[in-house]
Amino acid sequence: MGRYVARRLLQMIPVFIGSTLLVFLMMYALPGDPVRALAGEQAVDQAQIAQVKKDLGLDLPIWQQYWNYLAGLFQGDFGTQIATQRPVADVIADAFPITVRLTLFAFAFTVIAGISMGVFAGLKADTFRDRGLLVLTLLLISVPSFVLAFLAQYFFAHELGWVEPVVSAAADSQELILPAVVLGSLSLAYVARLTRTSVAENLRSDYMRTAVAKGLPKRRIIGVHLMRNSMIPVVTFLGTDIGTLMGGAVVTEGIFNVQGVGYNVFQALKSREGSTVVGIVTLIVVVYLVSSLIVDLLYAVLDPRIRYA
Amino acid sequence: MTIIDKTADVPAPRGSTENSGPLLDVRDLHVEFKTRDGVVKAVNGVNYSVSAGETLAVLGESGSGKSVTAQAIMGILDMPPGRIPQGEILFRGEDMLTMGYEERRKIRGQKIAMIFQDALSSLNPVLTVGYQLAEMFRVHQGLSKKDAKAKAIDLMDRVRIPAAKERVNDYPHQFSGGMRQRIMIAMALALEPDLIIADEPTTALDVTVQAQVMDLLAELQREYNMGLILITHDLGVVADVADKIAVMYAGRIVETAPVHELYKRPAHPYTRGLLDSIPRLDQKGQELYAIKGLPPNLLKIPTGCAFNPRCPKAQDICRTDVPPLLSVTERDGGELPGRHSACHFWKEQIHG
Ligand SMILES: Nc1ncnc2c1ncn2[C@@H]1O[C@H](COP(=O)(O)OP(=O)(O)O)[C@@H](O)[C@H]1O
Ligand code: SF4
Ligand SMILES: [Mg+2]
Repeated sequence: MGRYVARRLLQMIPVFIGSTLLVFLMMYALPGDPVRALAGEQAVDQAQIAQVKKDLGLDLPIWQQYWNYLAGLFQGDFGTQIATQRPVADVIADAFPITVRLTLFAFAFTVIAGISMGVFAGLKADTFRDRGLLVLTLLLISVPSFVLAFLAQYFFAHELGWVEPVVSAAADSQELILPAVVLGSLSLAYVARLTRTSVAENLRSDYMRTAVAKGLPKRRIIGVHLMRNSMIPVVTFLGTDIGTLMGGAVVTEGIFNVQGVGYNVFQALKSREGSTVVGIVTLIVVVYLVSSLIVDLLYAVLDPRIRYA
Repeated sequence: MTIIDKTADVPAPRGSTENSGPLLDVRDLHVEFKTRDGVVKAVNGVNYSVSAGETLAVLGESGSGKSVTAQAIMGILDMPPGRIPQGEILFRGEDMLTMGYEERRKIRGQKIAMIFQDALSSLNPVLTVGYQLAEMFRVHQGLSKKDAKAKAIDLMDRVRIPAAKERVNDYPHQFSGGMRQRIMIAMALALEPDLIIADEPTTALDVTVQAQVMDLLAELQREYNMGLILITHDLGVVADVADKIAVMYAGRIVETAPVHELYKRPAHPYTRGLLDSIPRLDQKGQELYAIKGLPPNLLKIPTGCAFNPRCPKAQDICRTDVPPLLSVTERDGGELPGRHSACHFWKEQIHG
């Protein structure tokens, strides 16, 4: 087990380097540059721009820029934003907790609502309530999330007036509920379907028949024997889902004006702030890798037939 | 979650005289399954009974409804698509089919237990065997985790699993097939039920361990004076263990008899065919007899005697009239207790 974890952690290094490089190259390939973006529409002296770029090291070949960035990163330096002169680390430290909260809310919503709906439908497969869930999840999967976000915003904020249409800079937990529900709704659909299928399948298994034959009460048959087995694929999915939710937060944060990492990536993209984009994306990649490692370990706990060596 | 079941802690009256009838009495049981292709009539009027300390072997080709009958008794039929349109299952004189869910649940595991064919799939793969054994005591007797675990180890010892103490926290997949079936037996035995139904308990095992497991089961059955329903399609297994035999065909009992009489003088052509298809030492090298044709399609059971398309003795009446299960007698009319046959020509078969 220890060796497995060590191996997995070591495997993260090439993934980490690869993903930073990829994002770095993508930023480089984009037209425009941060210094020009800084100037906006104003006409500026070419020589001046060149001088600023030289000072920032932006005139170096791409591989050298990347090397300098990595070197800085290993010293804990995420770089500095050109326009605001703020260290990228500070930007992340401000924005990240907000996104983490949004993601966790969305995750909790996905887990609680998704699993309950899936169990509810799976216990009575092919009945009215099962079909109802199928239609609902199909709807959630096929409607793009920004459409859902606008619908929710329009309905709950503008029509009903239950919430403010946009989230304040403080991003109180209460304000994050609606964005979290919207963010989690796609995953909710997948979790509900996966749970439903898993429950319906395990319900037909021989050991469930044994559990009934043992004279166990219904809630124990379902709560212990059925759920322990049915949750195995769901937990696997949920692990990869945390990373997906963080990625999805970029769009949701934009619509609800939540000032988390998504919002900052968006701003940074517009002003071509390479180090900010690379820093944040890398962080999301790390969260993704770590959460999938945790889930793989959890998988071994849930299913004793799995052994990692 | 509370798992203590306070109401169910009554020991079974073993060998009591208050109820002189059989332990279990299945009467005219019918089971059908609604499928896309039509109604599968899996059980069509089964009658059999078992008393305390008695072993009934239920014999028949695969698909004859042996397991479905057992599932109906245990109350573990898939309903839907399954349905019991007719029949009674009397346990100590009380019809279990009219009982409420809770009343029925308290019989399961405590009074009637079941051993399944495939222990690997029948045990929960993600729970330790110790947990699954201990669960019986925790749920039905309200024992603490610790006491229940100790009892689980006792049980494993009793079914002769080596190093029970070390292995109690292992998972089913870590045991061999024979050991897993012992765990199933231990689980059925846990609360010392009055009746055990063993559905092909050795079919999935290696030939070498089949005998060991069968012997263990027979020994424990004698020790606890339990009733045992032993379902099998292997006539060789039952000779040493069973007291009486019920032969099933197309969801009906076609013959019942005390075990040795059935071997000596079968009263039904189907039983004859089954006996003739057992490999015998003195006929080594000869081609084995096999009943011709295939088991009937349960969506469309032949009219008259269901066996008639395959029966070497079939006459016209066999294609029109269903033979009832009648008492079989000696040539002079002398009684043959426990013997019944559902063949129009049972006399010719037994005495001919
Ligand atoms: N859940 C089910 N749905 C539909 N048909 C079933 C079901 N269970 C059993 N059957 C049918 O009942 C018949 C008898 O099965 P079974 O009792 O298992 O036979 P066996 O004598 O081999 O134990 C089979 O032909 C099978 O097709
Ligand atoms: S009733 Fe007829 S077909 Fe059926 S077993 Fe007897 S002889 Fe054969
Ligand atoms: Mg069977």
